[in-house]
Amino acid sequence: MKYLDEFQNPELARRLLGEIRATVTRPWALMEVCGGQTHTIIRHGIDQLLPEEVELIHGPGCPVCVTPLAVIDQALEIAARPEVIFCSFGDMLRVPGTDRDLFRVRGEGGDVRVVYSPLDALKIAQQNPHREVVFFGIGFETTAPPNAMTVYQARKLGIGNFSMLVSHVRVPPAIEAIMTSSSCRVQGFLAAGHVCSVMGTDEYPALADRFRVPIVVTGFEPLDILEGIRRTVRQLERGEHTVDNAYPRAVRPDGNPAARAMLADVFEVTDRSWRGIGTIPASGWRLSDRYRDHDAEHRFSVGGITTREPAACRSGEVLQGLIKPHECEAFGTTCTPRTPLGATMVSSEGACAAYYLYRRLGSTPIPLEATPVV
Amino acid sequence: MSDTTSQTPTTAQGPRDLPTVDITGWTCPAPLRETPRVVMGHGGGGALSAELVQQIFVPAFGGELLAQLGDSAVFALGGQRLAFSTDSYVVRPLFFPGGCIGDLAVNGTVNDLAMSGARAAYLSCGFILEEGVEMPVVAGVADAMGAAARAAGVEVATGDTKVVEAGRGDGVYLNTAGIGVIPPGVDLRPQRVVPGDVVIVSGDIGMHGVAIMSVREGLEFGVEIESDCAALGGLVQTMLAVTPELHVLRDPTRGGLAAALNEIATASATGVVIDERAVPVPPAVANACAILGLDPMYVANEGKLVAFVPREHADAVLDAMRAHPLGAGAAVIGEAVAAHPGMVVARTPLGGTRVVDLPLGEQLPRIC
Repeated sequence: MKYLDEFQNPELARRLLGEIRATVTRPWALMEVCGGQTHTIIRHGIDQLLPEEVELIHGPGCPVCVTPLAVIDQALEIAARPEVIFCSFGDMLRVPGTDRDLFRVRGEGGDVRVVYSPLDALKIAQQNPHREVVFFGIGFETTAPPNAMTVYQARKLGIGNFSMLVSHVRVPPAIEAIMTSSSCRVQGFLAAGHVCSVMGTDEYPALADRFRVPIVVTGFEPLDILEGIRRTVRQLERGEHTVDNAYPRAVRPDGNPAARAMLADVFEVTDRSWRGIGTIPASGWRLSDRYRDHDAEHRFSVGGITTREPAACRSGEVLQGLIKPHECEAFGTTCTPRTPLGATMVSSEGACAAYYLYRRLGSTPIPLEATPVV
Repeated sequence: MSDTTSQTPTTAQGPRDLPTVDITGWTCPAPLRETPRVVMGHGGGGALSAELVQQIFVPAFGGELLAQLGDSAVFALGGQRLAFSTDSYVVRPLFFPGGCIGDLAVNGTVNDLAMSGARAAYLSCGFILEEGVEMPVVAGVADAMGAAARAAGVEVATGDTKVVEAGRGDGVYLNTAGIGVIPPGVDLRPQRVVPGDVVIVSGDIGMHGVAIMSVREGLEFGVEIESDCAALGGLVQTMLAVTPELHVLRDPTRGGLAAALNEIATASATGVVIDERAVPVPPAVANACAILGLDPMYVANEGKLVAFVPREHADAVLDAMRAHPLGAGAAVIGEAVAAHPGMVVARTPLGGTRVVDLPLGEQLPRIC
């Protein structure tokens, strides 16, 4: 029961910060890929404590943020149907579609339910054989295996009233897209530890070589983040660009082979649109043809939806690390968690939400002063 | 029980024309700006709840007492200062580790009164029963209410029962209202908070919310977590015995400690700084919250209070709290400050700082 405290120890944090300060000699821009890492950084004030040479750029790794508007709208349309029980993880309910969200659909009579596991949705389907039960299957490599397992089970058990609206995304193509962008400033990556716990690290050496960029697999607690930064900065200062696993308690080089096998059976790689970024080739998964009966997009014929993004929202630039959230004109004024223009403000892992929740003083976003610890 | 009838709920559309609600300028989440319907967050004790009260209920009812928006209405009657409060309970499941809806309904209202410094005297009790609920369930809830009332030293003096059709309720809904007497010299209001006040919490936070979540969602966290449901009247009287000069008390129920601190900061126009390391969070609650992606600061409590105490009395009050069974885990967690009025700021364990905002609505477990 001590695992949280051990990775938040202030003494060890001071030591790591001291080592980072002692190592760094010039400016470096690092990207933490995962939204969970962004929240740890902002919630604990880690970016306030780092030497000014180390800049953290927030990456696209918030599954809620990058789910395309068209898919949100598909979900809303399906969820509003009277025959449907629509099941989702909680943090998707507040994400705005073109003109409403899942909370509003529920308020208008739609049967929208929060579940903690896709298998709970499958259970609901078994208990309601005369209803159509749809699970909203989004996320990165972390959430894809249990979703794949659920579809596999549905077919195996012959549960015909269960389907999944799938919008899964993959990290390596996103890294490639970021690095090939002409405006890219990223010099090193803190890779998402949970993703690598499934997929391993084998996908990364080619990226590290091609773009001459260090990739350090990093966990989510404050000490994990600091250790990831320390190792990335050390590589950069030495002119190295290797893949380094700073999260060995969860990540093996080959990941989780059973989970990967399940992914390979149920899903196939596809081009995928990322909200705010655009289409990235081979960056997503969809259900493979033999599971088409369980594909909600196919079953409910919700292709071809027209969407409309708010013009003032610069969520896409935030997701690509091109601007910090508070550099958007709408941040904290027309765009707040209560009046979100984009998903990065409404998602619990979104970079804009992190800045708004933890970094604003009054109505103006002003960085708070850190208490020096080193 | 004064009135026992069966009743079929009416539809939202009554025979009269409904008032037009102008939602221009409301700052709800995006969908609500366009479609004014109630969502779960309106009952979550956060910003949406406050908005519903301020935009609809306060204007509709008028009245100075309501506009003060305290946990209780405080007024003078017959030469005494009284506190008057009401609350409704829609908890699911009805029975949970550490309590049930019955003792929750008694303790909740007793605690609302206690936060005004009042000794609760009489309660009313409204049952809304769903057709088909088993009679032993009703008896179990009533027994728990009776036991909780006796333990808190209050009398359930009047009540009401309604029955709704099967499928239109969660078995049992309860409402309690209570009235209590405020001792002379006691004046607990956020407006009395001044920079320098010491912020004390009476013990571990997050127990009730996590206990409910564990049984409601069938989640197991390795350790059974029991609700902290308890009546705080005795603890409050113990504190007031040390000094009647306490400035404000709040029981951090829906919205948790974060909501209580934000309400006080806003109403008092002072800032609040807390030290995250000093906030008592049991490891089991911290772990459960970590798994679900929730912040313990926003999780509901039912047997805890937060106190703003003049600095010169803080040590004595803390000692008295720790000598009481419901305050054994009391801890100083921060102070009121002149900087950033209306805002709560936390010092993080690593030495950074962050804003602790008012929760928007209900907390949503994250995707991964």
